[in-house]
Amino acid sequence: MEIMSVELDVFVGNTTIMDEEVYQFWLDGYTVSDAVKVRMEGGVLEECEASAEVLQSDTMDQYRTFQMCERLLHTPAKLANQLLFQIPPHRQAMLIERYYAFDSAFVREVLGKKLSKGTKKDLDDVSLKTGITLKSCRRQFDNFKRVFKVVEELKGPLVENIQTHFLLSDKLARDYAAIVFFANNRFETGKRKLQYLSFQDFAFCAGQLISNWTVGAVDNMVEDMDVDLDKEFLQDLKDLKILITDKDLLDQHKSLVCTALRGKTKVYSEMEANFKNLSRGLINIAAKLTNTKDVRDLFIDLVEKFIEPCRSDRWTAADMKLFLIHYTNSAHILDTFKHQVTWDRYMGVIKSCILKMYHD
Amino acid sequence: MPGKLKAKIVAGRQLPVMDRASDLTDAFVEVKFGNTTFKTDVYPKSLNPQWNSEWFKFEVDDEDLQDEPLQITVLDHDTYSANDAIGKVYIDIDPLLSSEAATVISGWFPIYDTIHGIRGEINVLVKVDLFNDSNRFRQSSCGVKFFCTTSIPRCYRVVTVHGFVEELVVNEDPEYQWIDRIRTPRASNEARQRLISLMSGELQRKIGLKVLEMGGNAVVGYLQCFDLEGESGLVVRAIGTACTLDKLSSLPTAALPACNSPSRDMKEVPFSEDPNPNTHSSGPSTPLKNQTYSFSPSKSYSRQSSSSDTDLSLTPKTGMGSGGSVGKEGGPLKTLLRQQTQTALEQREFPFFTLTCFPPGFLVHVGGVVSARSVKLLDRIHNPDEPETRDAWWEEIRQEIKSHAKALGCHAVVGYSESTSICEEVCILSASGTAAILNSRFMQEGCLDSYSEHRLEEPSPPSCGFCHIPYDELNMPFPTHLTYCYNCRRQKVPDVLFTTIDLPVEAAITGKGCLIQARLCRLKKKAQGEANATAISNLLPFMEYELHTQLMNKLKLRGMNALFGLRIQISVGENMLVGLASATGVYLTALPSPGGIQIAGKTPSDIAYEQHISNMQKKINDTIAKNKELYEINPPEIIEEAVGSPIPEPRQRSRLFRSHSESSDEVWELDLSHGKKDAFVLEIDDTDAVEDIHSLLTDAPPPVGFYSCNTEIMPGINNWTSALQMFTSVRVFRLSNVNMTNQGLNKIFNELCENLLKSLYFKLRSMAPCCLCHLNFVVAVPEEDLIQVAVTAVAMTFDKDQNQENWKPSTDKMLMKAISENEEQLQFPLELCTESPSSQPFSPSKGTGLQDGANVHNTSARATSVDYSSFADRCSTWIELIKLKAQTIRRGSIKTTSSQEKASPLPEGRSRSLRSTKSCSGSTVSVVKMTPLPFLPGTKIVKYLGIINMFFIRETTSLREEGGVSGFLHCFIAEVFSMVRAHVAALGGNAVVSYSMKECVFMENPNKNQAQCLINVSGDAVIFVRESELEAPTAPPHTSVAQNAGSGADGTT
Repeated sequence: MEIMSVELDVFVGNTTIMDEEVYQFWLDGYTVSDAVKVRMEGGVLEECEASAEVLQSDTMDQYRTFQMCERLLHTPAKLANQLLFQIPPHRQAMLIERYYAFDSAFVREVLGKKLSKGTKKDLDDVSLKTGITLKSCRRQFDNFKRVFKVVEELKGPLVENIQTHFLLSDKLARDYAAIVFFANNRFETGKRKLQYLSFQDFAFCAGQLISNWTVGAVDNMVEDMDVDLDKEFLQDLKDLKILITDKDLLDQHKSLVCTALRGKTKVYSEMEANFKNLSRGLINIAAKLTNTKDVRDLFIDLVEKFIEPCRSDRWTAADMKLFLIHYTNSAHILDTFKHQVTWDRYMGVIKSCILKMYHD
Repeated sequence: MPGKLKAKIVAGRQLPVMDRASDLTDAFVEVKFGNTTFKTDVYPKSLNPQWNSEWFKFEVDDEDLQDEPLQITVLDHDTYSANDAIGKVYIDIDPLLSSEAATVISGWFPIYDTIHGIRGEINVLVKVDLFNDSNRFRQSSCGVKFFCTTSIPRCYRVVTVHGFVEELVVNEDPEYQWIDRIRTPRASNEARQRLISLMSGELQRKIGLKVLEMGGNAVVGYLQCFDLEGESGLVVRAIGTACTLDKLSSLPTAALPACNSPSRDMKEVPFSEDPNPNTHSSGPSTPLKNQTYSFSPSKSYSRQSSSSDTDLSLTPKTGMGSGGSVGKEGGPLKTLLRQQTQTALEQREFPFFTLTCFPPGFLVHVGGVVSARSVKLLDRIHNPDEPETRDAWWEEIRQEIKSHAKALGCHAVVGYSESTSICEEVCILSASGTAAILNSRFMQEGCLDSYSEHRLEEPSPPSCGFCHIPYDELNMPFPTHLTYCYNCRRQKVPDVLFTTIDLPVEAAITGKGCLIQARLCRLKKKAQGEANATAISNLLPFMEYELHTQLMNKLKLRGMNALFGLRIQISVGENMLVGLASATGVYLTALPSPGGIQIAGKTPSDIAYEQHISNMQKKINDTIAKNKELYEINPPEIIEEAVGSPIPEPRQRSRLFRSHSESSDEVWELDLSHGKKDAFVLEIDDTDAVEDIHSLLTDAPPPVGFYSCNTEIMPGINNWTSALQMFTSVRVFRLSNVNMTNQGLNKIFNELCENLLKSLYFKLRSMAPCCLCHLNFVVAVPEEDLIQVAVTAVAMTFDKDQNQENWKPSTDKMLMKAISENEEQLQFPLELCTESPSSQPFSPSKGTGLQDGANVHNTSARATSVDYSSFADRCSTWIELIKLKAQTIRRGSIKTTSSQEKASPLPEGRSRSLRSTKSCSGSTVSVVKMTPLPFLPGTKIVKYLGIINMFFIRETTSLREEGGVSGFLHCFIAEVFSMVRAHVAALGGNAVVSYSMKECVFMENPNKNQAQCLINVSGDAVIFVRESELEAPTAPPHTSVAQNAGSGADGTT
């Protein structure tokens, strides 16, 4: 029989006290009692000669503080100008950075998907699959969506816009840029064949695409410059088809690459035998990018048309690198090939993406 | 018409959406002062309106300036229906009325609504032009400075301490007026807030008048309280100490803590004990004695009876006490000089001082704690303009205190405070203080320089002089053991000393201090009116006695011999009384070592029982040994000299009987020595006593790395570092057992307080090693079965490294200097050398991130917008600040434009470099520190900007939606903090010192999903500058600071 119960229990500091560990529990969607359990196991009690009640009270209090701050975290710039909580700047930065941090397992599930209500409804499946609490999934999803909505209509560089509005670190802002970019172009990332790729692989590729293939790569003062691919460039890519349709050019290209690679790789014969297929694969991808549908399939195409054949021939990463360098450079020596600029813009990105994606 | 008040409404930001259709707001502002109202234009469709209004000018009497707040109301314009109020800001313009305080109020204020809380912010500029600054005032007292600080404010020098000032004003509580039935809760709350603001202003003005009459220019230790008497009305009362203060010259070197400045006088404490005391019968005090006498018959023997002294005058029922005669004969005058002082003091009606910290030499002797309580039945205050009843009540109590002090041979009461506890129509009035003998020099104008003539006697050393008994040892007012002072061996000292003041800086102590609390609950039958008052009166003496016993036991258990900062609260509820005594225990080197605690069993006993007793004894002995180690109490062994002190015969041991017969409402009279020197006997003759012993042993010491005290200065810790964290914690407990016993209740209450402390230690663990200072517990019984405990305190870090011992804060340094140097020394060299300790170049960061000085600089430097509101940005050295002061006002306009930029969504062209966005910069919020202490470690207060005294009401009808009672109160307290900070920042300040939450009345009705809370806070707004910043341009850092300081001082003399 309980003879006494705590009806009210608050602690308010002039400088808002926030425990990073508890903040993480809150972000991860733990209930108060779960968080208390984990903290107890963590040994914080013995360290501080406290009791379970003390821990319960502290956790409740912290959760309440975080809940009150959450509204501000949705527009991080407000956090610096609000008067309600006195939080030192480096703590503010920590709060924001952690709030916008996401789980790589989660982001892989929604990367490239439309950030719509429909996707949000499926979050319980994602939660089940990833083991991340639904609460945390929702926060992460809402963060993606919020960032997407804000930067969608802004001019100027994507990463900088994200940083200005959400006060994130450079690294995290770049990750968000990738998420926004993927969501906007709806790249397919969920196919079984793409499962081996991590979010960081895709984020790297997104970075490459943003800085080389978007409108912003040529003009940095237009709307959506970093989100939409440069239509003109995609149109120009059709010109590259000559490399596979012109028999002479194709043979010439092949012999230049073969000459350069002879004796430098163990998979020379496989490469030589497969050259035309591989080249056709890469250039067909380029030529199709005017179709939105094919843009979405960019990564699956790269895997199916290029990465998988090489992998089955047991190319090493070094082989891959060597091949791509010479494959790109040799085209410059082809005197009838006039589309050097487009070629470099295309191959520069493709080369780095493939190199990033070529692993187990 | 002596004043022109000017206000300008600049902008708003983050306003709430008032129009659901457009998701926007059409805001405008009403500015009201007295009966005049101005309006701004409507700024349509914006949540960040830019009114940039003209200057609204109010031509007003200075009387109104003092009483009225400036009232700013933000509204949403509605074409078709009534305009909706968004919220209000009340600005107290009093700080602008003193030439030495703030000159302009400018900044962002939270817009506050009593139902919705903070709803956006508003940027306001306020100025006052006073037409004449002369002493022409009759009704107003503009220019009198008010300080909450209970010591002489740093950066001032005390010329004269005039003494006690008090005033009270009463009114009907708007909440209980008939109109409250038809108006909205919001209107009712606002009426109440406004009324209390008005009453506070009026009270302050009236007190100011009294100060001017006395010839003073300031009130120090200003303590204002509200009594919400419900149906019978609303009382706002205040007490304080009138002083004449001198601002220390505004050179940076002069900004030393002023309480040290009179230290040159320290050596010649003129009133030391005379070995051949006269009897107290001489002339000068006779007239006053008569006056006291006329009170005495009822007063002195109603010491205990006063508790039952309801309006219905139950006094005659109680028996005669011995107090009367004590009051008459006690306190022999020892020297002629003393008589003079006494005369000087007794010319005042009440020789009381609300100060708790004194300039060295001020306090000559301390007698002990004096307290008085009285139970009253409230009735309606019929004529608010004639608050005679309430005045008479307090007058009575004060007379009693005065007579108690007299009985202790003292002519003054220091560390004086008053409080009430109200439940329905019953009210307990309490007053307490410390009887003392003071140095007259500070009382009389012009006497400051005449000290040399007093040097007839050999002075007592300052480190122990205050411990020497002021009363006559042959005619002691209460039984105690006297020994020769362990410090000087010349005068007599008692075995324990209880006081309500802070530990004098010059006191010699051994080891460290610690918080000691006595906790007690007593059940009471529910009753009405007179019967209820009688029941309460009857319970009070028992509670006082038991609290005292607990304190004494706990003190001994810690191996200590003195209590400072003692505060005993007794709160009344419908079915119980709750008592909580808090104090800071310390081992005074001058006092004898406390004896242990011995347990005695029942006389007929068996072996098992004996075993049990000896186990318990062992436990107690172990605890004492452990505590001595913990608090580093290892006094030098001194061979006991036989002191022929006339110790009265041991009394009867029946406590109840004793407390009956001996007016136990005065703590000092409750002697527990039982006539034995070193053995404090606890007899376990009933279950009660067993419980007592258990509860003694349940008090856990603070965890490693923590110390705690309820005083301003933590005894034994001097090397503070700069991190601090002020906090408020509130808990309400519901007791759900109907058949509760007193023991059960005590146990719960004890656990509750212990758990709360444990929670605080846990919360602040990242700051360790640190000390919780000024731990101020307030208990209340808001409803049947509910106990509320509210704590406000500050955690401060210190340097654990003992090698740092040579670095001490300036107070300590000043002390050593004062002792080592001659009084002939000029103040100037003293000032020079106080600089030195602060040249200690490193205040080790504890990594808690609370020492924001550096951060502030960084952020504001990086901020893209003009952020002049950040003090640290404005001036890196404080000299610059003074130069900039005039410009500040002009720069206000710069700010408005910059804030316009800020308010609008980020402009397109603004592509910041990746570098600059890395930090959370661009903040327009300046950091404001808050502390209940009068100082901030590692800093110097260079300016007092005025008193902060704010009263807020918050109410909700959607309690669940706001996160229940905890969510509601958490938010409200955070809002109160933020409004205090905003007001301080707007005055140009960067800290609040002597902050306190004086009232936190919480009421809930979960069934109706409602709750209401009232909070009253106060403090002094100041500008501080880091000592390191002050030092940087002048003195190169030294390694052995103490040495240099000492030699430097010698060189200049």
